[in-house]
Amino acid sequence: MPSKKVSLPSDACQTCPAYAQLEQMGIKVGNFDRVVALAGNPNTGKSTLFNALTGLKQHTGNWPGKTVTRAEGGYQFNGVKYKLVDLPGTYSLLSASQDEEVARDFLLFGQPDCTIVVTDATALERNLNLVLQVLEITDRVVVAVNLIDEARRKGLEVDTRTLSRDLGVPAVPIIARTGEGLMTLLTTVAEVIEGQIVTRPLRVSSTPEFQQAVSELATMIEELLPGIPNARWLAIRLLDGDTRVQKALLSGELAEIVARQSQADVQFSKKIALAGRQ
Amino acid sequence: MQANDVLAKAELLRRQLSSSFRDEIVKSLYAEAERIARRAVKVHGDRTYDLDQQIDRLITSPLTGLPIMLLLLAVVIWTTVEGANLVSEALAAVLFGIGDAMRALFVQANLPWWITGFVWDGVYRGLAWVVSVMFPPMAIFFPAFTLLEDLGFLPRVAFNLDWLFKKAGAHGKQALTMTMGFGCNAAGVVSTRIIDSPRERLIAILTNNFVPCNGRFPTLIMLATVFVAAGFQGWVTSLIAAATVVGVVLIGIGFTFLMSLLLSRTILKGEASAFTLELPPYRRPDILRILYTSLIDRTLFVLWRAIQTAAPAGAVIWILANLPFGSSNLAAAIASWLDPFGHLLGLDGVILLAYVIAIPANEIVVPTMMMMYLGAGMMVEGPGTAEAIRTLLIGQHGWTLLTAVNLMLFALLHNPCGTTILTIYKETKSVKWATVSVVITLGTAFLVTFLTASLARLMGWA
Repeated sequence: MPSKKVSLPSDACQTCPAYAQLEQMGIKVGNFDRVVALAGNPNTGKSTLFNALTGLKQHTGNWPGKTVTRAEGGYQFNGVKYKLVDLPGTYSLLSASQDEEVARDFLLFGQPDCTIVVTDATALERNLNLVLQVLEITDRVVVAVNLIDEARRKGLEVDTRTLSRDLGVPAVPIIARTGEGLMTLLTTVAEVIEGQIVTRPLRVSSTPEFQQAVSELATMIEELLPGIPNARWLAIRLLDGDTRVQKALLSGELAEIVARQSQADVQFSKKIALAGRQ
Repeated sequence: MQANDVLAKAELLRRQLSSSFRDEIVKSLYAEAERIARRAVKVHGDRTYDLDQQIDRLITSPLTGLPIMLLLLAVVIWTTVEGANLVSEALAAVLFGIGDAMRALFVQANLPWWITGFVWDGVYRGLAWVVSVMFPPMAIFFPAFTLLEDLGFLPRVAFNLDWLFKKAGAHGKQALTMTMGFGCNAAGVVSTRIIDSPRERLIAILTNNFVPCNGRFPTLIMLATVFVAAGFQGWVTSLIAAATVVGVVLIGIGFTFLMSLLLSRTILKGEASAFTLELPPYRRPDILRILYTSLIDRTLFVLWRAIQTAAPAGAVIWILANLPFGSSNLAAAIASWLDPFGHLLGLDGVILLAYVIAIPANEIVVPTMMMMYLGAGMMVEGPGTAEAIRTLLIGQHGWTLLTAVNLMLFALLHNPCGTTILTIYKETKSVKWATVSVVITLGTAFLVTFLTASLARLMGWA
């Protein structure tokens, strides 16, 4: 697919140097500088956002569960090449169904440079449950509050400033269908990656005994698997008795995935993006 | 430091924690989400009139829900039948016209008979059939289906059918994967990933083939139009044809439930699990995107696949029909060898042979069959018209209403196409389950057609 310049109805002028520009790169994700993951509840418009940014034609459908595999595409923003990974929608990161596992494994082991959690402004509370769980796994998160037009029609107004302050990560209002807010979103993502925006993600505090147990176990995991990201989250899952994580630890899969994720899976997912259909 | 040490430590720590720590984690998560949402979201007093809920009350009501779904299905199929007939005949006339003209050119140029035959009677005719029979229904059905998908109708279907699937011991989300099967069974099989429980997912995979995919719709539409609706005149014809196809689809859905029930009582025993399904808001569909998705990604994709298998199939048929064997040719010999078995099922040897050749793609069954009936001969009246097909099948090859009905049932129930079988293998990573999927569908198809044929003969209907 040829890369092409599009003029998204942008709000570029309010936010950035006048030359900010987006170039959709389709599936040309061979050499990229940054990896950005798209997570979120089902049917919040992740694939719509994915298509708008990459220029690909990933199927979107108005039903939860449309995306069951991850798709990858690319875009270039202000000269930096980003690989964008569209993950299946999930309500939580604790469940065991296969589509949710795809999302969880990538966030855990794919080590994206930044994760955009797409939320539905008309059902923010339910969506925040996932946001809080993602914040447990990674620091570099931008919350995209999508469907603000739909919310407005329903008489709901989302104050993204308050939301940002409470979550400790930036929250950006967008309308993925029309492209509104995308420039601000991309600028914010870039600034989080480059460290111009420092995030202080909210970690939901449970009891002190629990926090103590988590940090003890996390230290052990880091000793066992040096360089593993998200030891803290793995510790929580092990304390919870997550059999999938237990098995992954015993079989050496965890160590293996860390090494493998970056190569083979990219090939596989590229094929899916290429097919663009399910 | 060993992995086992970490697990042991986790076990120890877990026992030291109070027993309710899990609930506390989840509770604090929810409380935090609620607190943040309350601070960030302002609700304006004048909430607009909620049309969505009004529509949902109708569509998901136990009284009106199912009839509305049925009506929508009927409207989609009727539009497809009506529209496809017009376009199919025109397309066939053009494509076969080109073929005849080119054939004449080849003859004039004194090229060897087998080159002319292989290219124009074999490969080209196979292609022309597939394009003229398949393209029109798909170009109408896929956009209609994508429109419903975009509106947000699919989850409502799942909502309405949930109790039925639960009764069958299957997962309510199977309604979604079943609906995807109407587009393509291979896609339907992949979409079963949304089902958490491996048991229920297997049921959804093994029964997906009982809804006719777009490759099989043209077969059903053609048979319904040419045979069942033939006795009627005028505008009623397409209504009868559409009603017949809807009937066949309902039989397919019936078999989906029956087989799910059977599986969940025998080799895949278990209880149906509970799940939550979100009903998304209705959204204004993006017409351009729908056209792109349905025409480029779906229609042309399926058509291209059909063309890729139709060309070699056309070649195989032509070769089989022109290789001498005994007093006739190889195709006729195989067909007559299969004939007794075919007769038992209310079909004939040619139909069965066509199904064997069409294993890679169901789409090409009818074209394959037609070409074998035609052999080296040519149709007199222009091959695309219903009249010509009737003359050929009833007049020259002894078809009856039973043949047409049983062929529809066979098309509905028989084994998945090659792509779907491969997809089932990939999704289950098991040769056993891929085999089971073939055995139960083919077994059902044989059993059902055998029973209807026997019944019809017993009652003296055929």
